[in-house]
Amino acid sequence: MSDVILELNELHTHFFTDSGEVPAVDGVSFKLHKGEVVGVVGESGCGKSVTSLSVMQLVPNPPGRIVSGEVNFKGENIAVAREKRMKEIRGNEIAMIFQEPMTSLNPVYSIGNQLIEAVRMHKKVSKKEARNKAIEMLEIVGIPRPSEVVDEFPHQLSGGMRQRVMIAMAMSCDPEVLIADEPTTALDVTIQAQILDLMRNLNKEQDTAILLITHDLGVVAEMCDRVVVMYSGQVVEEGTVREILKDPKHPYTKGLIRSLPKLYEKEQKLYSIPGTVPKPSMDHVGCRFAPRCEFAWDRCVEENPDLYELGAERKARCFLYDEKEKVTEGGPQYDEADPRG
Amino acid sequence: MTKPILEVNNLKKYFEIKGGVFGKTVAEVKAVDDVSFTVNEGEILGIVGESGCGKSTTGKAILRLLEPTEGEVKFEDQDITKLGPEEMRKLRRHMQIIFQDPYASLNPRHTVEKIVGEPLLVHGMTSAKERKDRVQELLEVVGLRAFHASKYPHQFSGGQRQRIGIARALANNPKLIICDEPVSALDVSVQSQILNLMEDLRQEFNLTYVFIAHDLSVVKHISDRVGVMYLGKMVELADKDEIYENPKHPYTQALLSAVPVADPDAQIDRVILEGDVPSPSNPPSGCPFHTRCPKVMDICKEVKPVFQEDEEQHYVACHLYE
Ligand SMILES: Nc1ncnc2c1ncn2[C@@H]1O[C@H](COP(=O)(O)OP(=O)(O)OP(=O)(O)O)[C@@H](O)[C@H]1O
Ligand SMILES: Nc1ncnc2c1ncn2[C@@H]1O[C@H](COP(=O)(O)OP(=O)(O)OP(=O)(O)O)[C@@H](O)[C@H]1O
Ligand code: SF4
Ligand code: SF4
Ligand SMILES: [Mg+2]
Ligand SMILES: [Mg+2]
Repeated sequence: MSDVILELNELHTHFFTDSGEVPAVDGVSFKLHKGEVVGVVGESGCGKSVTSLSVMQLVPNPPGRIVSGEVNFKGENIAVAREKRMKEIRGNEIAMIFQEPMTSLNPVYSIGNQLIEAVRMHKKVSKKEARNKAIEMLEIVGIPRPSEVVDEFPHQLSGGMRQRVMIAMAMSCDPEVLIADEPTTALDVTIQAQILDLMRNLNKEQDTAILLITHDLGVVAEMCDRVVVMYSGQVVEEGTVREILKDPKHPYTKGLIRSLPKLYEKEQKLYSIPGTVPKPSMDHVGCRFAPRCEFAWDRCVEENPDLYELGAERKARCFLYDEKEKVTEGGPQYDEADPRG
Repeated sequence: MTKPILEVNNLKKYFEIKGGVFGKTVAEVKAVDDVSFTVNEGEILGIVGESGCGKSTTGKAILRLLEPTEGEVKFEDQDITKLGPEEMRKLRRHMQIIFQDPYASLNPRHTVEKIVGEPLLVHGMTSAKERKDRVQELLEVVGLRAFHASKYPHQFSGGQRQRIGIARALANNPKLIICDEPVSALDVSVQSQILNLMEDLRQEFNLTYVFIAHDLSVVKHISDRVGVMYLGKMVELADKDEIYENPKHPYTQALLSAVPVADPDAQIDRVILEGDVPSPSNPPSGCPFHTRCPKVMDICKEVKPVFQEDEEQHYVACHLYE
């Protein structure tokens, strides 16, 4: 495996609200290698966005703050970097695109102005050259009429076009890491396909490592090399995309995959995980998934399981994989006669 | 063959866009433009298509929550577009709707008991005791508990709120429910609970659903037949296995191929469409899909293709099949 470019190490980001402390990111560790695409998946509120905002030191403070842990970017712990250093990193070495590009595009400046600024931050070129470069970038990301759109404002573009502009901006600074937080969630599938294609090109041609945050396992299958599954502020499983989708280990991941309606398979009844997705809380004792887990036993409600290593960069946070528990080969098995399956 | 419970014929809904000092009509959005289909009793008809293609408007026009501009909506053989307000009010107990965002559709200041009980009152259940009992019964049917009746919407999770919306829709034993993106806002693990609940309820109460969604996997899972809309028109309609295995319309083909599949071994011949969906206030001439269609021909730019049966029960609007 090639060099590690970004490494999160026991990261804790908490929110201090009127109703108490919320451990939104509760000891998250994983690595992103050079040129790799890693997916961070999980259901709403599990801490995906706060994880990515923590990397960029963009967690709204107050109420949130990184409480402990490291974010090592090429060996430098940027969790404690000064704002001046972060300004150099953001949009340059690490670029970020969000679900709703409108929030990250400035509504009062033309598309061209914003692109030109991004280009000039990175390269010493004249305004005219930067403008030509901006038009070229718009063309590369598939914007129709680029020489007109360059003078238009964000609100004049469709959601898909705005997301393409964001990608053009990210590309223009040739970042080493791109963090994309649900970049296609608000878009239609045909437009999503265009955007994923662009991101794939960015990864292949510029060798940009991508941290792709999504709740869509289909997008994960298409884009990612490795996957980190989050549940209630913690990483519960990690593996290659094939391992996660074809041979999931954690009961939550297993349940999630079985809950998906399949486009190309005939099926009768969908599996469903009982209960609701919990909010991160300081009061948690035991495994976060225990209230919904059909394998749970006494130990699961008393202790929080470690993230057990099952192989190189293959992990699961579940007592079934604790050597001491001696569980059957291959982890928990669902009874095929299970009425829910 | 079961009989149709709903027949939609040449339904149109145009929105007028007013502008200028005199409030004159400056443009017209053809949100639904000549759509026809039938829904059989006990069936689930799925309607898919991208944002803005007219799915919700179709659903609302069927219930006359939006007054159709033109066309016929027959519910149990009666054209309901001609009914007066009182007759329509009576009929509404048989035709219900549930929405995507259960939070926005539930009054935040009312308890669940009041929310679910309201349609009962509207349709003449005046005894508070009777209503209370019926609400408890309904909550149980949708998998909630009796004690939930005294709580307020904000005290529930998204999935539970959708259950409340379903309980309310079921209150007066409807025959038809229009479901407008009922699971789109839910997490996967909760989405499957609600889909299963909806299937169970259909069995139990012999319900008919028009199930609107943009997620093709969800629609495939739940529907018996599926209609695909593009820019205010229905472009293809067939049995669900037929349409997913043998899509005929180039738009359906592209749409299906664009869906990311959670299987690293899936082999998909991807058709990546170029450009965006055109504006419905200024739709392209001829075939509405011709600006993006990979198989476009000369005729497509001028002549509107007719929505017609190409194979048994497989309808398509495309010149390739004429
Ligand atoms: N500004 C805030 N104040 C208080 N709590 C917050 C704030 N932002 C996030 N949180 C908490 O942090 C947790 C994680 O939120 P986060 O946005 O990272 O979730 P997510 O995984 O990105 O979810 P989604 O899929 O909905 O985007 C949430 O449960 C939320 O309660
Ligand atoms: N009240 C209205 N006035 C004017 N135009 C409207 C109105 N309601 C809807 N439209 C337009 O009609 C078209 C169809 O809208 P509709 O809400 O039916 O689409 P949809 O398929 O349900 O989309 P989505 O998937 O985003 O819910 C859109 O172009 C929309 O902008
Ligand atoms: S630790 Fe126990 S409760 Fe948690 S996922 Fe494993 S078996 Fe289930
Ligand atoms: S009618 Fe022509 S443009 Fe329309 S879908 Fe068929 S081939 Fe494509
Ligand atoms: Mg998020
Ligand atoms: Mg809609």
